[in-house]
Amino acid sequence: MELGEEILKMEGITKEYEMGEETSVVLKGIDLSVRRGEFLAVLGPSGSGKSTLMNIIGCLDVPTNGDYWLHGKLIADEDETELARIRSKEVGFIFQSFHLLQRQTAFQNVELPLIYANMSDKERRERAEEMLIKVGLEDRMYHYPNQLSGGQQQRVAIARAIATNPTILLADEPTGALDQKTGAQVMGLFHELNDEGRTIIMITHDAKIASHASRIVRILDGNISEGGLEDA
Amino acid sequence: MLNFAVIGQSLRMALQNIRANRMRSFLTMLGIIIGVGAVIGLVTIVEAVSGELMGEFSDLGAGTISIQTYQSIMKYGLTDKDLEVLRNVEGVEGLSPTVSLTTSSVVGKEVYEETNVEGKNTLYFEHNSNIILSGRAFNEQDMSGDAYVCIVDQSYVKNALLGKQVLGGQILLHGYRYTIIGIYKKSDNMMSMMSDDSTLAGTILVPYKNALNMTGNGVVNSLEVYVEDKADMTKVEERLRATMKNLYNENEDFFAVYNFSSLMDMVDSATSMMSGLLGGIASISLLVGGIGIMNMMLVSVSERTKEIGLRKALGATPGRIQIQFMIESIVLSLVGGFIGICLGEGIAVIAAKLMQTKFVLSGSAILLGFGFSAAVGIIFGWMPAKRASELNPIDALRAE
Ligand SMILES: Nc1ncnc2c1ncn2[C@@H]1O[C@H](COP(=O)(O)OP(=O)(O)OP(=O)(O)O)[C@@H](O)[C@H]1O
Ligand SMILES: [Mg+2]
Repeated sequence: MELGEEILKMEGITKEYEMGEETSVVLKGIDLSVRRGEFLAVLGPSGSGKSTLMNIIGCLDVPTNGDYWLHGKLIADEDETELARIRSKEVGFIFQSFHLLQRQTAFQNVELPLIYANMSDKERRERAEEMLIKVGLEDRMYHYPNQLSGGQQQRVAIARAIATNPTILLADEPTGALDQKTGAQVMGLFHELNDEGRTIIMITHDAKIASHASRIVRILDGNISEGGLEDA
Repeated sequence: MLNFAVIGQSLRMALQNIRANRMRSFLTMLGIIIGVGAVIGLVTIVEAVSGELMGEFSDLGAGTISIQTYQSIMKYGLTDKDLEVLRNVEGVEGLSPTVSLTTSSVVGKEVYEETNVEGKNTLYFEHNSNIILSGRAFNEQDMSGDAYVCIVDQSYVKNALLGKQVLGGQILLHGYRYTIIGIYKKSDNMMSMMSDDSTLAGTILVPYKNALNMTGNGVVNSLEVYVEDKADMTKVEERLRATMKNLYNENEDFFAVYNFSSLMDMVDSATSMMSGLLGGIASISLLVGGIGIMNMMLVSVSERTKEIGLRKALGATPGRIQIQFMIESIVLSLVGGFIGICLGEGIAVIAAKLMQTKFVLSGSAILLGFGFSAAVGIIFGWMPAKRASELNPIDALRAE
């Protein structure tokens, strides 16, 4: 697979939390560069700062120090409205715990980002339907999350994440709550999406899942290192 | 930017939330419901009552001054000579004395024990031209005292003349045969509605002199004075009072002079005072209702912090989040307002039944109710919605 231009660049990203008197440093200077079309796995043990990093990449959180460029734009310079646009159009989130709206159907959940992306009614419905078909939920569209299995909920979350056709798909432990078989199905879906040219950043603590990616970085104690499976 | 999908979705979510938290929503809306309900109910009642009074007063006529006398040992009432004096008071166009008595009337072989008989002159009909429903009013020839003609009201037609010839028909009163020349519409004023009319056959108008002959004492106890168009009502009223005082040997206890336009002013100012009072009650209860809504919205925002975080992660701008919560609070207060309006109109219907007045659906009161509840939703929803929109996405998403 041909890789495209650099779409994401981090230099010296740190994240600290003030905990009363003490400061806990979660990220200790992350340098990272991701190119279009990459399938990157961020591997690390629990509590190492993976989700924290993902939230910064997705512009949900801001780093304490360091610079972050997305599509060549320095994120620190952007205002709240522009950040909302980035979350809407540039990144699609798949959260560690699905985060579906419980009182909305699968279809309505997938529609949500499309509403915020100002898509017309007709286009929006077609798109939401298309996405749910893509993840194999054509017969579960009008089910509520509590009427779906974990794997089905995760697929709704994936459909929602890719609905606005974002350049980067951010997935935090996408198989964490799934059994092996459904986990493998989700990985299959990710390969498909990656083959279509979408950049995927997948966070996991599971080396086997990470092996699906084309590139692996490791996080340990807030430091990042490039590394293949052989070092695991 | 506004977007109909956002509004539509917010509306749907708002209704979902109200339904999901029925009890809490209802309790929250209670302030608005009671506030709007009380105001609508009271405004409708006040409007109905004052409308009724005003209608009655204007039936009695603007530009009219009434004189009422009470019998005393010295003077039974106003004699012809007294009336002449009053007619000559400066600014007076004419008089319409009312002589009324209750007597029996006979139609064919039927005797009606209780019949109101009132004597009227031609001037009365000139000033109340619209009361004749069919036939004609009295004319100058009828006033001679030996013309036996009469005009009956609708209830007399209903009670005594049903199926009989009305115009041209005959009624026996005090031994004289009266020919019916007209039917008139009796103004159903409050006094007559409150009195028990069930045994009364109806009212018959006869020429003034005929009625005077029936009473036998030749005096008048009540009359209406028509004031010239360009004359000053209050000045004429003063002059009339002075004249009456003169006729009654400076004793003011046995007569009253009043005019309906000043009574109308009184009703008017009483009504606006009531309206002001109601406005006060309204603002207080709407304030209470608004605080209730603000409280519920704050609870809702903190309960749904995670949802807000998620929406932001999916691309919602702060403005959109704010609109969503504003719509929720507006829907909440509008639903409350709607229930309140129904409640208020219900109260008004019942009150109208009890007071036997006409129920008037007041469009302005309904609009006011909706307007106020929408305003409450906007004003008191603003702060919680603003707070929601300013939440930091990651903190919100992490919240439990
Ligand atoms: N808001 C916060 N305040 C204080 N400390 C925090 C906060 N958020 C995260 N942390 C800390 O940052 C560290 C990294 O958290 P993070 O969620 O990024 O871990 P993770 O690598 O995603 O772990 P897991 O695999 O279990 O999801 C943890 O030690 C956590 O306690
Ligand atoms: Mg995590």
